[in-house]
Order: sequence, then structure tokens, then C-alpha cells
Amino acid sequence: MEKRDFTIIAETGIHARPATILVQTASKYGSDVTLSYEGKSVNLKSIMGVMSLGVGQNAEVTITANGDDEKEALDAVAETMKKEGLTD
Amino acid sequence: MSLLLTGLAASSGIAIAPAYLLVGSDLSIKKQHTADKNHEVARLRDSFTLTTKELKRIRQRAHQNLGQQAAAVVDTQLEILNDPVLLENLERLIRGNAYTAEWAAKVTTDHYLTLFEHMNDNDYLQSRALAVQDVYKRLLSHLMGVRLPDPNSLDHRAIIVAKNVTPTDTAQFDRRYVAGLVTDYGGRTSHFSIMSKTLSLPVVVGTHNATSQIKDGDLLIVDGIHGKVIVRPTDQQLEHYQLLAGEFAREQQVWGALRDQHTVSKDGRKYEVGANVGTLNDIKYAHDNGAEGIGLLRTEFLYMDQTKLPSEDEQFHVYKKFVTAMGEQRVVARTLDIGGDKRLGMFKLPHEDNPYLGFRAIRIGLAKPEILRPQLRALLRASAYGGLAIMFPMIATPEEFTQARDILDDERRKLGRAGVAVADSVEVGMMLEVPSAAVMADAFAPDVDFFSIGSNDLIQYLFAADRGNSRVAYLYQELHPAVLRLVKRVIDAAHAEGKWVGMCGEMAGNPLATPLLTAMGLDEFSMNSSQILRIRSLISHLNNRQLQPLVHRALAARSAREVEMLVKEYVPILRKE
Repeated sequence: MEKRDFTIIAETGIHARPATILVQTASKYGSDVTLSYEGKSVNLKSIMGVMSLGVGQNAEVTITANGDDEKEALDAVAETMKKEGLTD
Repeated sequence: MSLLLTGLAASSGIAIAPAYLLVGSDLSIKKQHTADKNHEVARLRDSFTLTTKELKRIRQRAHQNLGQQAAAVVDTQLEILNDPVLLENLERLIRGNAYTAEWAAKVTTDHYLTLFEHMNDNDYLQSRALAVQDVYKRLLSHLMGVRLPDPNSLDHRAIIVAKNVTPTDTAQFDRRYVAGLVTDYGGRTSHFSIMSKTLSLPVVVGTHNATSQIKDGDLLIVDGIHGKVIVRPTDQQLEHYQLLAGEFAREQQVWGALRDQHTVSKDGRKYEVGANVGTLNDIKYAHDNGAEGIGLLRTEFLYMDQTKLPSEDEQFHVYKKFVTAMGEQRVVARTLDIGGDKRLGMFKLPHEDNPYLGFRAIRIGLAKPEILRPQLRALLRASAYGGLAIMFPMIATPEEFTQARDILDDERRKLGRAGVAVADSVEVGMMLEVPSAAVMADAFAPDVDFFSIGSNDLIQYLFAADRGNSRVAYLYQELHPAVLRLVKRVIDAAHAEGKWVGMCGEMAGNPLATPLLTAMGLDEFSMNSSQILRIRSLISHLNNRQLQPLVHRALAARSAREVEMLVKEYVPILRKE
């Protein structure tokens, strides 16, 4: 299992657009990918789950991936977060 | 009879065209159970397939009409339809509770919308709710076999009138036909207002009742400059607005050219015209409208809807963003101004019979250093990142200013000892809004770096009249010689000490006051962003030397009416105001 912590720096948080792109990215991989925030965990392939967490600016989130391509999945998600300006 | 609706001006310009109501059939449903669960699941899946197809079509159309960015707004909806968890939950509701597909969709949508509502929201996060509502509406239309109003069916030039507009609606607008937009709901910064600005359409949002007051085909005037909608206008109104629309188009060209230039009067004097802002969202709007700085940063928004005081760090991060967003330009931050009509949940301020004359602004700041000190520290820290200036509101006596400034200097020393970066020089000034301070401006001038005249309060206090009270509002007169004499006194006192003077009340954005203010020597103007280019354009037409006789005659006038006539006599381009 791969696990990484992130701090969301984007002023707008994970709003609809970055949520869409994150879900699109995670969905490309076979591994289960989970996003956790304030004790709640959701499937990162479910946009409704991601949007309902209401991740705002300065939020500390954890992403875990579990499966054959877990390392690649997490790398791709981390890169997308950076590219979308969600993280440093 | 014509009818006037008011809302928020979300995107400026004037449009005159018939109304096209974009209001759908009734999609309300009741709780219903099914005897055939498999059939309901199949219906649900069909509606998912049909909606996906429909959205893909819209996406393609948006891509052709408006480009890649507009097409991307549909992606969220497509991803919702693709959500494995969502479909599973819906099927569980059908199989477990014997709900119809419609009812399962409704229960689930309501669940998410309630969830979103309870979050600490901003305009960007609202887009989630809009996306979910859009998908729900489309699923339901397929389940119920009804057609949704189609913005693409428009085949003549018209003004779209809708309750709300979703990203998928705007993405489908045909630029050849959509002349303007009017909605019941929505705010100035909602995605759709932003989209409309890129389309350069006049837009008025938040009218509350446009869809119930306007009938399909009604002739409309949308005044996106002032946030007005005139339904079934009279010939006179039509003529007036046709003239205005022509002028607006010409002005736009002139104004656009001014955006990246300095504000210089005809006789070569430079002025600074900045924006009043209250949130980070306002910054982009200020830039777009040619702001040369921020003349008033209201810091109250940091304290609104909070259960406890914002920490020094939280404040610092926000102030830093304002300062860095403005680059080299000056940002004048006003310390917390609460009391009067502005109340905050976290402070239990005692009831006062006369809150405008009570415990407010710097009076609270000085009495409660636990509020003022962290704010000053946060501001000082942010000063290291750009041109930050600090001003104190509602200063009435020189002692108050000295006291506030001493606290600031004290925090500055502490930060210095702790090795925290602070700008080498931070301008420290005060709001001039209490008449006693205006009268005694010369006593303050040696100690301040600048004055910012808060004309709204100054005028209210001067005439002892609340402009929000319609029975006495007539006494609130920006052009009254009493106001002008006081403003002149403040400017002269500051200039005698080599200090600059700004104005950040509504008077600063009143074109009729502009020639008087420039000729009296006001250095900086700060106003709502929508006014900036208008005032900058006006200043570029003024010759201050030629306006000196106007100043003398206005100061000697006996009424605001007389001053207004004088201004129009000296500045012919203002005769239509």
C-alpha cells in the first residue's frame, strides 16, 4: 500500500474542476485509490465522494493507493495535484 | 406601463431586445414506490446513458462555439454520470427501498446538496452544486420523457431570462443571438457571470423575480452598468437607452485603451485611481477594470461568519495574497471596522441606542488590543511582500492616532527582535471620516503618512443624517459646499506637510465630484471597480488650471444644487449626468 500526505494550498480548495481532473486521473489505474480528510475517507474514483468532502484551502489530506499499480497511481495523482495548483 | 427590476450588475453594457424565457417544465416529483425493481434499475441506467450522450453533444457544441475551456465545464457532469459509487447507491435505493428511479435520484441529489450547503463555501465551490443540479435535471427529463428548455433553440436576437443558468446552458449560447442575460438568482462572481464577462454580454443577476414578472417576447432593456432591467419600456425610456448604449460602446473603446496607462489630467498632473476591495475575488475584477492599486482593503471579511478571531497566521496568509496579487502597486489596508451597522457574531457588543456614534472601529481596537495587535502583526509581516500601507478607521483625536501608531511601532519592534521580515517603510495613515478630525486635519498632518477621506461617514456625520433613512436621505449631499470646504481643508493641511490624500467613499466615484476633487488636489481616488475606467477617462479630459475658478465659486456657493450647476457649466461633458 502506498500512502502520502498533502497540504492543499489552492485558495479555492478542491472545487469542481480539479475534482474532475483528479477523478479522471485516478480512474486510469486499477488500484483502489482513497482520499482521506478530517477522519473521512472516500473513493478517489467517485467525484461525488471527492466533492462532498469539501476540501478547502490549507486542508491536510492523505491519499492511499492499493493494488498492482499503486505506486504509479499515486505518482500520477500527486503530479496532477501539483499541475492543478492544489499543492506546492 | 413599464416595470423596473433591480439586481446586481454582473457584466456591463446595455442590451435592448425581446425576452426569451428559459424556464423548464415542472420537474417536481412525489415519493413513489415500484413493484418492478428490475425495471426501475433498467430505466435508471437508460437515463444515465441518454444523459451522457446528450452532455457529450453539448460538450462538442461548446467546444466549437466557445473553445476548450467552456467545453471543460461539462466534464464535471460527465464524471458524475461516470461515478461508480453514485450508480451503486442509486441502485441500492431502488432495490432496498423499492423507490422509483426518479425518487432515488431526488433523494440522492438532495442529500448531496444539503451536504454542500453545510460546508464553508465560496463561489467556486458553488459550482459543485450547479453541476449536480444540472445532472439531476437532465436525468429526470429523460425519466419523465419531458424536454428541457434548450438554449440552442434560440433563432433570433433575444435576452435570455432564467431562474439560474448552469455552465451547460452558457456553453450552448449562440453568440449571434444572445444579446443579454437576466436571472432570478446568482451573484456577481458566480461562474456564469464570469463566463458572461468573457462573452461581453450585459448581465443582471439576482433579480429574484425576473422569471415571474417577464413574459416571453416582452421587450426588455438590460442595463448591466447599473443592474437594472426595464420591462416593456416606454418610447422615452427606449430613446434614452439607445443613446446610452451608443455612448457605452464608444466609451468602451476609449476606456480599454486607458487600462494600462497612467491617469494623467490634460494639464499633466498624475493621479492614482484604485479599487475598494473586500475579498480576494475582487482583485481580478479590480485588475480587469484598470485599478492602479487598492485604496481600501476592508479586512472585515476575515472576521465574518467565524466563531473565533482569525489567528495572526491566517490573517498574514490572506494579506500576503492581496499584496502579492497587486505587485508593485499600493494596497491600503484598513484595520477592523466593526460596530455601527456591521456586527459580528463572535463579539457580544452590548446594545447601544446609537451604534453609529458608539463603540466601533478604532474605539474597539484601542480598547481590545487582543484584536488589534494580531491584525497589525499580520499586516506588518505581509508588508515584506509588496507595497502595503495601513490605516486606522474612525480616528477622532490626535491622541487616538498616536495611541494606535504606538501599538503598531511596538509590534514592529517585537517582530524586528524576533527576526521576522517587515518592509523597511510602511506608510501609516488614517481614515478621515469624523468631522472633528477633518476640522483639525492640520494637527494630524505632521504625524500621518497619508489621509484617506471616508466620504460616506464624513457626510453622514456632517449633516447628522443617515443616508439609509429615506426620510432624511435628502440631507446626504456629496456636492454640498460644507463637504467641499472640509475636503479642501484636509487636502491643504496634508499638502502643507508634504503628505498625500486619498478618498475611498462613494463620492470618489461620483463623476460630478471629480473635477472639484482633482482641482482641489486630491492625490488618490478609490472606488468600486466598475467605476474606475469611467473616472480615469474623465480625469484625462480635465484641465485643473482652468478649473480653479470653479473651485472658488463652488466653495462660495450656498447649496449642492448650485455646485452641480457650476460643475456642468465648467465641464460640458458632465451635462448629461
